[in-house]
Amino acid sequence: MLILKNINTFYGDIHVLKNVSLHIGQGEIVALIGANGAGKSTLLNTISGIVAPRSGRISCGGSDITGMSADRIVREGISQVPEGRQIFGPLSVLDNLRLGAYCRRGSGAAQRIDDDIALMYEMFPRLHERREQLAGTLSGGEQQMVAIARALMSAPRLLLLDEPSMGLAPMVVSEIFRAIARLRDQHATTVFLVEQNAKMALKYADRGYVIETGKIMFEGSSQYLLENHEVQRAYLGRQKKPIWE
Amino acid sequence: MSLLSQIIQFLFTGLTIGSIYAMVGLGFNIIYNATGIINFAQGEFVMLGGMVMVWLTTAFNLPLPAGFLLSVLIVTCIGAAFERLAIFPLKKPPVLILIIITLAGSIIFKGAAMLLWGKQTYSLPHFSGEEPLHLLGATILPQALWIIGILMAVVALLAFFFNFTIPGKAMRACSVNPVAASLVGINVKRIVLLSFAMSAGIGAAAGIAFTPIVLMEFDRGALLGLKGFCAAVLGGLGNGTGAVIAGLLIGVLESFGAGFISSEYKDAIALGVLLIVLLVRPSGLMGSREAARLKEF
Repeated sequence: MLILKNINTFYGDIHVLKNVSLHIGQGEIVALIGANGAGKSTLLNTISGIVAPRSGRISCGGSDITGMSADRIVREGISQVPEGRQIFGPLSVLDNLRLGAYCRRGSGAAQRIDDDIALMYEMFPRLHERREQLAGTLSGGEQQMVAIARALMSAPRLLLLDEPSMGLAPMVVSEIFRAIARLRDQHATTVFLVEQNAKMALKYADRGYVIETGKIMFEGSSQYLLENHEVQRAYLGRQKKPIWE
Repeated sequence: MSLLSQIIQFLFTGLTIGSIYAMVGLGFNIIYNATGIINFAQGEFVMLGGMVMVWLTTAFNLPLPAGFLLSVLIVTCIGAAFERLAIFPLKKPPVLILIIITLAGSIIFKGAAMLLWGKQTYSLPHFSGEEPLHLLGATILPQALWIIGILMAVVALLAFFFNFTIPGKAMRACSVNPVAASLVGINVKRIVLLSFAMSAGIGAAAGIAFTPIVLMEFDRGALLGLKGFCAAVLGGLGNGTGAVIAGLLIGVLESFGAGFISSEYKDAIALGVLLIVLLVRPSGLMGSREAARLKEF
């Protein structure tokens, strides 16, 4: 579905992504884990067209999307839930959802958009209660739901999620992750998930990649990564403490 | 003339000129919200509106309604062309550079207007005659009511556009967060184009309505732009309601200052009020409410 080949991305002179290659299959949940500053968000922003890679190729469903502008890439069926939610605070929840469907036009689109809004309310009942409220006045977890629902309103084939658990209470985090799993199971949405919360991400993902200072270091099934000693030590906090005595 | 009729007279004069400032201020805000730019060519759109209208009605004998619509359309296209030629081709330009470009644009518009129409002043017939209306001893020109009416129409159209249409909401989304807007598929560059076109159109409407009572010439844009900028800043940059209230306020203060003190001090009064308000409330009159903090238009 999505294939990245030898992607190199720079911020000015800083080489952020170094020969990153990965692939995501139809209907998979794939996690990308790594520390702060490893290049996780840059990787998502490169896929979304917010930063252009200096070299390499990105293709989605067979068509080359390298270097396309961000709004074109949404039309290609890739939608991102950005880090820190980035919802439209002064607009109502409903307006945020409607803007999510901004690029869906044509005959019958209005009806399908209304159906999808109903679907979002079903998935996140809290948003239905608060549909007329300004999105900026919602709690962090609710804002994250708005961000996910807004991204889904473009009816994407591939959903990119940047740190959906950031700054949220553990209970809200599991609610969000359950919603993501349900998306894949019920709507066959492919999900690429970036997380610092590696344990949570690998619990729901089918496969994972580990990124360190801009390079992909490990890849494999979630089970494999959870059992890999290197990954455990660096990201899962299962370091065996030396005993002094 | 009694004091009451004088006050009413000055009030109406002030509201008339204030409506123009308000429309120019709205133009500043639309572009500022979409791009973060202060468009220093804003006053030139007002001048161009008046000049194009004069040209269309004298050279082609167009009737007033057709001339009005066509002039607004032409200046709207000029605004759009300005964006496409001067702003659009730049890749990730800093805001300061963009502002300097708009300054250059204003000089070019002014120069072009001088070459096309010369340095003389032009006038237009009043929209519906010059027979003044009398209200408690004050005389009010019908044109003044036209100007106030056009401001109200512009405000109503903008309110509808920003609150009830998807492109309007998309424009607000761009002003809140351009990156997130592009992530939902909004073409931010096209929104910038739309903002320039709309600002130019509103400026042109103001210029056409204003020309019959003040005369228009090639270099009138700068001062109108400055007053409109005062309205935008005084109201809280980016706040539409603020710009309208502040524009009317500046117009009324100017008019009372000119009437009761001296017309020499007209501009000083407006700028003095701006300075004092900004010293006390740097965010402008409407700039600190919670909605404004969330960067509401």
